[in-house]
Amino acid sequence: MSRSYGKPGSLRVFDMVAVEVKSKFGAEFRRFSLCRYKPGKFDDFYNLILHTHNISNMDVLIGYADVHGDLLPINNNDNFGKAISVANPLLRIFVQRKEEVDYDLFGTDSLTRKKKPLGGLRTDTLRKRVHLSISIPQDFRPVSSIIDVDILPETHRRVRLYKHGCEKPLGFYIRDGTSVRVTAHGLEKVPGIFISRLVPGGLAESTGLLAVNDEVLEVNGIEVMGKTLDQVTDMMIANSHNLIITVKPVNQRNNVIRSSRMSGSSGHSNDSTNSHHSISSAHVMQNYNPEDESDEEADIIIDGTEDPQSIPFKSLSSSFTTSRTNNGNLYQKIQKELTFNDSIKESKGNIFKTLTAIKAEARHSLALSRGGIEEDGTVITL
Amino acid sequence: MKRFRRHGNELYRERIKQDLFQFNKTVEHGFPHQPSALAYSPVLQLMAIGSRSGAFKIYGAPEVEIMGLHKENAAVTQIHFLPEQGQLVTLLDDNSLHLWKLKKNSDGLSILREESHFDLRGQPGAPPSVTTITVVLPHSSDVLFLGTEGGCVFVVEQPLFREQEERAITHEAVLQNVPDEYRSRRSLGSVEALQENPRTPHQIVVGYSRGLVILWDLKANQATHHFLGDQQLESVAWQRDGRMIISSHSDGSFCQWPVSNDRLPQPLEKAVPYGPYPCKAIPKIIWLATKQRTPFILFKGGMPRASYGDRHCVSVLHGSKQIAFDFTSRVIDFFVVDEGGSESDCDDPSALLVLAEEELVAIDLKTPSWPVIQSPYLIPLHCSAITCSHHVSNIPIKLWERIIAAGTKQTTHYSSKPWPVDGGYSSAPEPLQRDLLLTGHEDGTIRFWDASGVCLKPLYKLSTVSVFVTDADHNDNLNQSTEDEWPPLRKVGCFDPYSDDPRLGIQKIHLCKYSGHLAVAGTAGQVLIMELNDEAVDQTVACTLVDILQDQDTFKWKGHGRLNPHEDLVQFAAGFQPFALVQCQPPAVVTSLALHSEWKLVTFGTSHGFGLYDYQQKRTVMVRCTLHPSDQLALEGPLSRVKSIKKSLRQSFRRIRGTRASARKRPVPGSNAAKIQEANARMDREALNEMELAPVQRRIEARSADDSFTGFVRSLYFADSFVRDGSYHEPSLWAGTNGGTVFAYSIHVPPVERRMEEAVTTAQAKEIQLMHRAPVVGIFILDGRGVLLPEPLEAAHDLSKSPDMHGNHMLLVISEEQFKLFTLPKVTTKTKLKLTAIEGSRVRKVSVANFSSRRAEDYSENGLLVLTNLGDIQVISLPTLKNQVRYECIRKEDVSGIASCVFTKSGQGFYLISPSEFERFSVSSKWVVEPRCVIDIEEGLGTRTSQQRIPQDGPVTQPNSREVVQSRQNYKLSRQTSVGSEGDETKAVEIMEHALLNDERVLLEIQSTLESESASTDRLSFGHLNRNSKNVAGVQPQDQRMINGD
Repeated sequence: MSRSYGKPGSLRVFDMVAVEVKSKFGAEFRRFSLCRYKPGKFDDFYNLILHTHNISNMDVLIGYADVHGDLLPINNNDNFGKAISVANPLLRIFVQRKEEVDYDLFGTDSLTRKKKPLGGLRTDTLRKRVHLSISIPQDFRPVSSIIDVDILPETHRRVRLYKHGCEKPLGFYIRDGTSVRVTAHGLEKVPGIFISRLVPGGLAESTGLLAVNDEVLEVNGIEVMGKTLDQVTDMMIANSHNLIITVKPVNQRNNVIRSSRMSGSSGHSNDSTNSHHSISSAHVMQNYNPEDESDEEADIIIDGTEDPQSIPFKSLSSSFTTSRTNNGNLYQKIQKELTFNDSIKESKGNIFKTLTAIKAEARHSLALSRGGIEEDGTVITL
Repeated sequence: MKRFRRHGNELYRERIKQDLFQFNKTVEHGFPHQPSALAYSPVLQLMAIGSRSGAFKIYGAPEVEIMGLHKENAAVTQIHFLPEQGQLVTLLDDNSLHLWKLKKNSDGLSILREESHFDLRGQPGAPPSVTTITVVLPHSSDVLFLGTEGGCVFVVEQPLFREQEERAITHEAVLQNVPDEYRSRRSLGSVEALQENPRTPHQIVVGYSRGLVILWDLKANQATHHFLGDQQLESVAWQRDGRMIISSHSDGSFCQWPVSNDRLPQPLEKAVPYGPYPCKAIPKIIWLATKQRTPFILFKGGMPRASYGDRHCVSVLHGSKQIAFDFTSRVIDFFVVDEGGSESDCDDPSALLVLAEEELVAIDLKTPSWPVIQSPYLIPLHCSAITCSHHVSNIPIKLWERIIAAGTKQTTHYSSKPWPVDGGYSSAPEPLQRDLLLTGHEDGTIRFWDASGVCLKPLYKLSTVSVFVTDADHNDNLNQSTEDEWPPLRKVGCFDPYSDDPRLGIQKIHLCKYSGHLAVAGTAGQVLIMELNDEAVDQTVACTLVDILQDQDTFKWKGHGRLNPHEDLVQFAAGFQPFALVQCQPPAVVTSLALHSEWKLVTFGTSHGFGLYDYQQKRTVMVRCTLHPSDQLALEGPLSRVKSIKKSLRQSFRRIRGTRASARKRPVPGSNAAKIQEANARMDREALNEMELAPVQRRIEARSADDSFTGFVRSLYFADSFVRDGSYHEPSLWAGTNGGTVFAYSIHVPPVERRMEEAVTTAQAKEIQLMHRAPVVGIFILDGRGVLLPEPLEAAHDLSKSPDMHGNHMLLVISEEQFKLFTLPKVTTKTKLKLTAIEGSRVRKVSVANFSSRRAEDYSENGLLVLTNLGDIQVISLPTLKNQVRYECIRKEDVSGIASCVFTKSGQGFYLISPSEFERFSVSSKWVVEPRCVIDIEEGLGTRTSQQRIPQDGPVTQPNSREVVQSRQNYKLSRQTSVGSEGDETKAVEIMEHALLNDERVLLEIQSTLESESASTDRLSFGHLNRNSKNVAGVQPQDQRMINGD
């Protein structure tokens, strides 16, 4: 793997030492670059950000967009290093004032949100003090969100399920049913599509945003009215990598509570409580872009020619994560270790292990021909 | 300003679209599903066939066909041409009578129009049998006689359908002169026969089911003769001269009675043709005089009950000569075409036409051996079930003639006489090009049809059976009956639904029209490569076994074994002769096939992988296993239905138990019984709960690599393109799987001079995994101009079609869910169109077609013709991938119709509306093949002269056809003022299918027959079991529940 990466002229991203950084604070952008192999310490980076944005007197929180378009925090050396390593080609940085910070974006747990000021996130003290911390921050990513609250009627809920980067099945069933609509002629019974079942442990259930007997109104912005169960099924499956369904929850009591900004939904996911009012525009754009980002990048081309092909790191890893892996952290491991491999050239054994894992995984998911990757095959993406 | 201009562009585009696309269902090919009635008009020389769906169609000379559809959804039980008029009366099984008229529309096209209908009403409170019509006699004096089950004959005036009560023939009147002892012995029974005396029209014969036959004088309004039969009567016929009647009976006998002055005649002769053992009834008999004085007696049935009671026979007796024509399906009716003319003394029969349930057979009675006359239409397409079809447009004349020549050699046993029904004539221009439709059948045969015009003419039949050793080889001689066998059965007709070996079934066909090379693939993984030869030869077929799994022997194939090929010389008749055979191991059904005649390569795919075979060197070039290691389902072979059957059985038992439990309402005293009952009730509730817990629901899950059948090869494609390098193009092979993977191989084909010595080699060039993992149903490569690469040898034959080879080729990958255009050689997405995500429909069939403008001669566009699982036809522009038009074509419940659809290169298509009928449709506004016929009705036939539609075909470029275009353009205008005839035309065009679709029962039957016929193959060819079964949700909700509920 390192062989093909190291080949000259294969790709600008990996051969260029510099990582392009685009930093956004409010409406302002700053561009600069960092050395890929020697990114330095987080504190230096933090100061650099403050300096470039001319906001040295401010307490800010720094986040970056990862390959999935998720906003992840940078607050220590580890996640800073990772942020640099996954930049492809651009590292997008979002800077927020600590007073304005919306913690939901980072998917951290509610305790920290309520109690901890920004400082806690930024330093490692948080981890020491709060034993409830579940995992290292880069493991957090949203699994679902409520979107477009401002444009939808209160009785409706638009839920986005983040399938990618998650090995959980979507895990729900839909059925035909009858719904009552208010029309000009009074109440009228019309056929509708309903959620009939949630699979325990599935994505849909774990979000807590969907419930059995919720009526499905739209799939990725397209009304299901007049469509058959089969059509809706096909639409959902076709959109399964970035599924946005608008439902009319069977339990309408939570609507009011949500709008008063109180946490009060079923609560399997802390995300569900109040994410709707605070998604930053950049984030919304990132996530609500089903067309071009998520699945476009995901087609995997394996080129069997002799010519070395470029290997965009991002897609490789994203493809691995989308294929179901038993090791949830494989992705991160690959990221880290490959970074090290390229930069510090350490832990050979570890790399070997990782590569074996990749190969096994790749064959598993892509049904590669024997030796597809390790011989001359390389992976590129669109 | 800008916006304004864009708007203008859109308008312009809309206009172009109107010139290019127009959807029409034009004509049905094949044999009507479930025919139920037959009629013939000797004057018009037309016959009419009614079906159980309430439609009927009039046929005359080839390409003359007109259809009528009853609004009522009831079977047509009888059709009668009114004498000397262009009118018909039909009787439906809801006891209603309908009068139809052949009318001429403004285009000179004629149509059938229902003039009036009539329900016979009896006295209030009378039992329904009183008015249940059993026989209709259209009398030459403009009245209809209606015989009823109650035994009364009603008289109805025509065409107003006014009942003439005073003329009704009642029991009382009939029984007046009957001897007392006969009268007391029996009641009359229902009216079984009504016949008009051919010589003296005022005499009609009335036959009652209990045996009495009377002669009724219309002038005197009384019975003149009584024929006292003592057997259940089935039918009565007049002799031509009116001096004798013949009656047939339920015991298999017939009787001749003289018509003389004797008012109570005794039978002249009584015979049981297939006695002396008990025989079945003779439901219909006719008596025909000849010049030679030896009459023809034709009758249906009458076979010895015990040994031949299950045969469907029509017997012909002529002097000492007697043959029982033995049909494979139930005989509906028959008629005889005679040359006698109305003035002559004798009938002089020339041909017998028998309508059986699955085919129409004409027998030449003039030629002494009574051979079959080959029919030009109404051919049973389903003589063995159709398993696949393949259309080849614009066949070169040379190949065409050779195929016809090969076909002619196969039809030598047919009569040389022309088709006897020849009313009307076709004014259609000769088709501009020759189109071939190939249908593959379950019994291992391939039929070649001339699909250029309105009539689907059989050209040639190819059987692949002789290549293999089959059980049928040895006992095939049983049908050769010896001379003195009794009854003298002779098998006729070609409908044979029984297949010797289902593995012989044809699954994929690929014909190269330039080289005459044909590749045929079947159910047991066999791929035959054939070549057209004008001489019969004895040759061995080179057989190659291809291990698709490539030594992954951890798997066990549990499906059928492979076929056993003959190892020695096999004789092949002139025509397509196989010279190479590839057998896939495991012998799974071949799911995809492509042939490149220039490179002499053939590629084939199964559910396990695909292979490339060099048929010049007869050597396997490459095999690729696409199987997912954990995909046990695909490994085990054709899906067994055992599981679902088990489940459904369980469920139905539960239901039975439930009904029984609830039926047992009275609580039986005694603790045990009460307990049992309680337990039953509880079980009931549980079963009910379970049913409620498992409603029709669908799982929402992303497709994953672990799904079953991801390795199933769905599409294969050869192309000469820039696979690896933008600077040189090379032969390549593309394969798409069910799991959304596309494999590309570059092929090294040695130059022609070293073609035999050097090996063909391949190297994998690409592998594309579509993220959405939907099955890849089509792969195409477009050249620099965005035009599809030509077929092999096409460029060599037609220089104008040579592709643009200056790079910038584009790869078009069509999955069930979306269309994606990639650049080549570096594969990056250029354009895409999502179908499923937006509409919820999936691509079922896709093909590239050329649409010509009907206005501008030289303007044409390429487009993708797409059929979705909802039965929509869509046209998608190339290379911009924009949706152009959408038409609803097939009902989405009609899974088999959708599965059978095949497109032509000119924007037309065919699909099965029943097992035996192809519906032809056209999306192109220029290339329309539709009936356009003229029937000249002689002046003597009075004012009701009408004209009938005669099929017209070919592109609308002939002067004649241009009128059609014109009239279509005028259509909108004319519709505003008055209801134009065009509307009727379209209606007439579509009705047969409407009839079938209106009838849920028929639809279900069709569905079930097709389902069972190709259960395993269908499933395989559509991949996902649950997706496939989803489609039949409407039809089989029960199954649904089981598959999806868990």
